[in-house]
Amino acid sequence: MLQLLAPDGTYGVPKGYEKYGKLIEDLDEDTLKTFYRDMARIRRFDIEAIALQRQGQLGLWVPAIGQEGAQIGSGYAVGKNDHMFPSYREHGVALTHGVELMSILKMMRGVNHGGWNPEETRFHLYAIVLATQVLHAVGYAMGVKLDGKVGTGNPEEDLAVISYMGDGATAEGDVSESLLFAAVNESPIVFFIQNNQWAISAHIDSQTKAPLYTRGEGFGVPGMRIDGNDVLACYAATKLHMDQARAGQGPFLLEALTYRIGAHTTSDDPSKYREDAEVEKWKAKDPIVRFETFLRRQGVGDDFFDEVTEAGDQLAKDIREQTFALQNPPMENIFNHVYSDQHPEIDKQRAWLEAYEAQMGDHE
Amino acid sequence: MSNYKEMPIAKALNAGLSQAMSANDKVLMFGEDVAELGGVFRVTEGLLDEFGDKRIFNTPIAESGIVGTAIGLAMRGYRPVVEIQFDGFVFPAFNQITTQLARLTYRSEGFLEMPVVIRIPYGGGIGAVEHHSESPEAYFAHTPGLRIVTPSNPNDAYWMMQQAIECPDPVIMLEPKRRYWQKGPVNLDTPPLPLHSARLMREGTQVTLIAYGPMVTAALQAAEIGAEEGVSIEVIDIRSLSPIDYPTIMASVKKTSRAVIVHEAPTNVSISSEIAARISNEAFYNLEAPVIRVGGFDTPYPPAKLEEIYLPDADRILEAIDRSLAY
Repeated sequence: MLQLLAPDGTYGVPKGYEKYGKLIEDLDEDTLKTFYRDMARIRRFDIEAIALQRQGQLGLWVPAIGQEGAQIGSGYAVGKNDHMFPSYREHGVALTHGVELMSILKMMRGVNHGGWNPEETRFHLYAIVLATQVLHAVGYAMGVKLDGKVGTGNPEEDLAVISYMGDGATAEGDVSESLLFAAVNESPIVFFIQNNQWAISAHIDSQTKAPLYTRGEGFGVPGMRIDGNDVLACYAATKLHMDQARAGQGPFLLEALTYRIGAHTTSDDPSKYREDAEVEKWKAKDPIVRFETFLRRQGVGDDFFDEVTEAGDQLAKDIREQTFALQNPPMENIFNHVYSDQHPEIDKQRAWLEAYEAQMGDHE
Repeated sequence: MSNYKEMPIAKALNAGLSQAMSANDKVLMFGEDVAELGGVFRVTEGLLDEFGDKRIFNTPIAESGIVGTAIGLAMRGYRPVVEIQFDGFVFPAFNQITTQLARLTYRSEGFLEMPVVIRIPYGGGIGAVEHHSESPEAYFAHTPGLRIVTPSNPNDAYWMMQQAIECPDPVIMLEPKRRYWQKGPVNLDTPPLPLHSARLMREGTQVTLIAYGPMVTAALQAAEIGAEEGVSIEVIDIRSLSPIDYPTIMASVKKTSRAVIVHEAPTNVSISSEIAARISNEAFYNLEAPVIRVGGFDTPYPPAKLEEIYLPDADRILEAIDRSLAY
């Protein structure tokens, strides 16, 4: 397993992994601070979103607490032309590519099903049916290769695709088919599995008999395991393998070993299926705490951490206000975009509902 | 003078595909055995030589993978046409078709278009083993976001293939496999109708006979026999199963006051269920008889040696027409 930052915050490059370490040595202090700032920011956002759900402001929340290292580290390693296909817990990755965090809250509130532009942000829409997005990612990567945007050596031209999934999704047939299609087409893609140990209530031991990083081997997709709570390892591994995919070296699989500190969703009750001791053990490996220790040893002082805490409080306040101010979508959104073109049945039903509502008057 | 050419449905589909691939280099064709072999029904024969292996290629035998990657390619700006080898093999892709392909334009509030065509040879009558004779149209017609069409003759096959590929929405193209080698004239210059319009195939006065896909041939046979027996049957080929061209159906039913609907699929919760309900809504006072449906029985598709009994034919259709006229 690639680990550059131990849980106690000690940095070190294991023997044989020098090419990964080199990528970290290229980073300046501002970039490292950005990693910390965004990990802290997304955790604060997450905590606030849970509170908003508990207050009835969101229909559901899907916490990613504990997985910030995997998400911020890999997200910042994704290049400026690359495309990302998330599952539904990748709030941190969204943050690294400029997706408005309010878009995610709107979706979880039920204002829309995911109202950001996937082509503009290159961060595709959340996929709620497990593993469906992995095949879309492979198809996209097949298209990139058909376009000749792989291995040209021109960084303005080349791009690769990263597909996120959880350990639970790996059981779906679509993941196996994705690995196969990517392998036979030599597609420019990295499969990024966040193994957070629990598929709702099913522990990883009941989901696979072989480590997930080996899942691609039978299909011809090599893989490696990384410490998913080490933001630097996640950055370096994603960067190196996305660079290789972009250069035309084909698909690769990364298993980021992490832990879901919170519930699967706000509808879940983890106390029914796991021990507190296990959670406490993983809290000791927290990605944010270890990175703070590392930064302090690098000479980053209280001023910075105080500023991040203040910014987090401001973010929480802002999203509360913006969530409370959200308007319900207009009635016609029921019918809009079912088809791109005019559709006689949809048009008829829209007209009927408008007439019906007008006749019934205001039922507020 | 239009330029006509005589060809079977399979060749017309091939010619339509070739036209679409020539017209737009974003059109791709892929599926199981579609490249060198030309598909098990040879619908894609010759396209590999014409367009090369970047435009038409074989995939692993994984239908969810075929449709799922087609979605990704559409996101990248391609217009994929995929072949599902047989009707009974589409179900591994059902999840990708219904939860993803059909909804991505809606989910993205119009940011994404999904110009994907899924070609499926469907229906029975070829003496096949299990899972090679299914009529799965109702599953897809029930799904908002999909368009479903089925040509019954070479001219429609040629043009509907091109129209489906031009459509910005996902289209399921159900190809009547037992009619693949049925010949007819193709007008190479002018499309006959918009993709979702029904066609009046034969005028008549006493009863409207509504059919689609492989049953259009049987309906026309029934109308011919009926005419010899003095019964005037109007035949409509609805061509599009989602959306259905109801104005054409209602105009005919209001004229004849009687409707019989025929298809191969089991009748329970089928295309004919929906058309019958709509006729009762929109032409209730014009009806002289209840709408009668002629379809497959509500059983799995039977073994091949029983399919001639199972499948509707001209006699079963005429028996239903007699019942309608008896009211």
